[in-house]
Amino acid sequence: MAMPVIVADSVEHALSALADHPDATVLAGGTDLMVEVNDGRRTPTQVIAVGRVAELTGIRVDGHAEGATIVIGAATTFARLERGPITELAPALAYAARTVGSPQIRNAATIGGNLATASPAGDSLPVLVALGATIEVAGANDRRQIPIVEFFTGPKRSALAPGELVVAVHVPVRRGPQDYLKVGVRNAMVIAVASLAIAVDLDARTVGVGLGSVGPTPLGAPDACARIAEQARWDTDHLTVDPAAAADFADQVAAAARPIDDHRGTAEYRRNAVRVMAARALRRCGR
Amino acid sequence: MTVDVRAGTSVAGGIGQRAIRPDGIAKVRGEYAFSGDLWAEDMLWGQALRSPHPSARIRAIDISPALAINGVHAVLTGADIPVNRYGLEHRDQPVLADDIVRYTGEPVAVVAADHPETARRACAAIVVDYEILVPLVDPEHAIDAPPMHPDGNVFRDLIIRRGDDDARGPIAVEGTYEIGMQDQAFMGPEAGLATPTSGGGVDLVVSTQWLHNDRDQIAECLGLAPALVQLSLGGVGGAFGAREDVSLHVHACLLATRTGRPVKIVYSRAESFLGHVHRHPARIWMRHTARPDGEIVSFESRILLDGGAYRSSSYHVTANAACFAAGPYRVPNARVHAIAVRTNNPPCGAMRGFGVVQSCFAHEAQMDLLAAACEIDPVELRLRNALAPGDELLTGQRIEGTLPVAEVIRACAALPLPDPAVDDVLARPGGAGRTADAVDVRRGVGFALGFKNLMYAEGYMDGSVARCRIDAGVVTITCAAAEVGQGFVTLVQQIARTVLEVDDVIVAPADTAIGSAGSTSASRQTMMSGGAVEQACRAARAELETRATSDPDAGGTNPGLIDIVALTTDRPIDVTEEFNHRLTHPLDADGQGDAHVSFACAAHRAVVDVDPELGLVRVVHLATAQDVGRVLNPLQVTGQIEGGIAQGVGLAVMEELIVQDGHVRNASFTDYLIPTALDAPTVEATLIEEPEPGAPFGAKGVGEPPTISSTPAIVAAIRAATGAPCTRVPVRPRDLM
Repeated sequence: MAMPVIVADSVEHALSALADHPDATVLAGGTDLMVEVNDGRRTPTQVIAVGRVAELTGIRVDGHAEGATIVIGAATTFARLERGPITELAPALAYAARTVGSPQIRNAATIGGNLATASPAGDSLPVLVALGATIEVAGANDRRQIPIVEFFTGPKRSALAPGELVVAVHVPVRRGPQDYLKVGVRNAMVIAVASLAIAVDLDARTVGVGLGSVGPTPLGAPDACARIAEQARWDTDHLTVDPAAAADFADQVAAAARPIDDHRGTAEYRRNAVRVMAARALRRCGR
Repeated sequence: MTVDVRAGTSVAGGIGQRAIRPDGIAKVRGEYAFSGDLWAEDMLWGQALRSPHPSARIRAIDISPALAINGVHAVLTGADIPVNRYGLEHRDQPVLADDIVRYTGEPVAVVAADHPETARRACAAIVVDYEILVPLVDPEHAIDAPPMHPDGNVFRDLIIRRGDDDARGPIAVEGTYEIGMQDQAFMGPEAGLATPTSGGGVDLVVSTQWLHNDRDQIAECLGLAPALVQLSLGGVGGAFGAREDVSLHVHACLLATRTGRPVKIVYSRAESFLGHVHRHPARIWMRHTARPDGEIVSFESRILLDGGAYRSSSYHVTANAACFAAGPYRVPNARVHAIAVRTNNPPCGAMRGFGVVQSCFAHEAQMDLLAAACEIDPVELRLRNALAPGDELLTGQRIEGTLPVAEVIRACAALPLPDPAVDDVLARPGGAGRTADAVDVRRGVGFALGFKNLMYAEGYMDGSVARCRIDAGVVTITCAAAEVGQGFVTLVQQIARTVLEVDDVIVAPADTAIGSAGSTSASRQTMMSGGAVEQACRAARAELETRATSDPDAGGTNPGLIDIVALTTDRPIDVTEEFNHRLTHPLDADGQGDAHVSFACAAHRAVVDVDPELGLVRVVHLATAQDVGRVLNPLQVTGQIEGGIAQGVGLAVMEELIVQDGHVRNASFTDYLIPTALDAPTVEATLIEEPEPGAPFGAKGVGEPPTISSTPAIVAAIRAATGAPCTRVPVRPRDLM
């Protein structure tokens, strides 16, 4: 049962291999893919490994101050996101990275894999929604930037076209409190039953929210965010929210969820968990 | 964890010492060969095709597309099995379904091929024409539903009557409790390697709990004399009851004899979840009445166990659930009705605690209700009703050995409570998910007590055989007891070192070349096979001393100066001994009788932190006092207590195989959650040593009690923190909201 593997050494190499083998499966950390292969749910005929492509790994910051953007290579592992510069630049992403599987899994699993798999439960995805990240993808002829909210088209479906590769994630640096909360029936190493990311931008005076595991894709809560941004009192180093507005925010975020019943939890539980997490996340971010 | 124990013997690595496992270092370093690592030159790979339906009639099976695949060496169906029936206690299960499939995952055909992927594709190519039937999945309905098997739908219907049927106290509490389907969730999946032997026989190396029972079932199914089937123990990656039943054994042996080649089978994780028995889900009603001072007057219970499609050990699980239904309390008047039924759900059988786990969850919830109704402290209520030696069980059996119930209650309750919650989000409910702040968390404390029989019961003639050979001073112990991770191999060395006063002891591989050691279950190997090893070593010691008295140069009459090398060079000592426990008896029509050998009890006190708004729980601390008879190895007792508590934590707050309409929805470690290091509580244990008469060195089995009362203690703590009734385990987040 041969499974030929092309080990790409550059993005161009990977893209030409993809062009030569349109049915090929892209392998990064393998933490989603190999589970499917081992379970017999997927039988790749050709594998293109991108984990050793230098351009795809690593973290850099473009620009300064308000305009700065963190550029995270698609093959960067969660182990690298959970500590180091991300804990300062995008703490919610570091918190989310910490909740991915076990340390062994985090040493292998990549943020690009999280995106390409496009599971509504992908741990980094609500953070990317809350921060308004952009996904850089490369095709045979060009590169394009896809806003995060347009990237997911359904459960395990994305806007990635055939022959395209996720190259990097562009995450705006935002000055202000951030957090990530994830409900699971275990204290670690668990698929999210519901998750929520929040990111406050004290300069732009905006609030971003991303929700996981409560819809066919990671979701935002733009109405709730717009409203709370109007209701909050903004200062240079914090925002203040009165209790009625906070409760209203939690209800509105919960209303943005589109949860279902499954073996991990009920829709009712999930919606309520989103409400509770939204209230607590805002409490941590404000005064 | 801290353990408070008395000092042991003085022999290095002997009884009472913290001797280390002979296989421990290899296991920690990843060098130990588990049965999944088995390999033979020229071997084939076996794979089973399993039913996707919980209930269906097989109209036809077409194996020709599979046979046409290059690399496929054999495809077998039920028609190829000489005697197509097996079962741990009662042969009611086909090796490969013949006309009916009765559960999702039931094997329908097996394939041998040159590569596991070829075997998998061959299975996919087999065409089975199923007439899908409506599955019988409600155990209550199963009692009276048309039989779905020639042996009927009721595995056992047991009534226990004691005292006066009409006696009642002025205070009454009642409740209905549910226990979900827990899985043993061992790490090493089922695996074995069968090799055909000359003369038409077969050798099987396999992970199991009981080599000889497997051997007999395999021989029956293959139509071979038992002597033609030889089993050896492969490296076992955990068992907890799930390896008592035959799984891939007959498939591998039959494929090997048919193809003339070695055949290896290893289950995938999903297949493992479908391919072994689980803990019986239960629905239990109980009513207690008591005097105002809390003394129990009457106890009534109805216990319904879902045994799934085949009997396995349901018959005896029912007895255990019923006999110990009231817990370790004096109950003068009782009526218990326990039923185990057949359904189209996954088959259930043995799991650590064996029927008592379910009852204990219910009776301990009841004891807390009773304490509240009588306005008595829950610990005090338990003390007032605690069983003691000389008292009678529900079955009328008088407790003759040790059973320090009041002692474990007092010792557990006296252990210090943990410090208040630390300021660390990882230590709160939700853990790495960062869901709770300190203000969101409430702490609760709960107490529970449990007891269980040790050894097989109801008149079973139990024994174990061990051999001690001393050749030129080298001591080798042979015993067929399955080492499944519990540490029996360590005890073998400790017993031999102590009895023979030697340093080095070789533990020979376990196989069927020697007599049966019985099953590694029912907390029985320490007593049964430990007893056999002790007896064999004492016989060898006696022979050494006899030889020494007639050989002044080799020690003469001073046992401490025996020259074991000189005395056994060119004339080895080789003795084989069998150990038996005292006789037990079947239960009569009223469920009365001396059915059990020995008992052990434990108390647990749990401290939990709960986030009520999200329904998330963090089990912070477990204090326990356990009746162990005598500590043979403090390190291993600690391991059993910590591991058993982890399994109890699992049942309390997360572990459940979710079965809907006969289909398992979470047959993976992604969704069947077992506790991680962040979920495991700090454990503080006190061991109560009252040596058990008739047991080697007075030791009791210690593996099961930690799993029995830890779960109800945790749930009691959750109730204390939240006020939620929590009548079902595992407690789900939505149950707390």
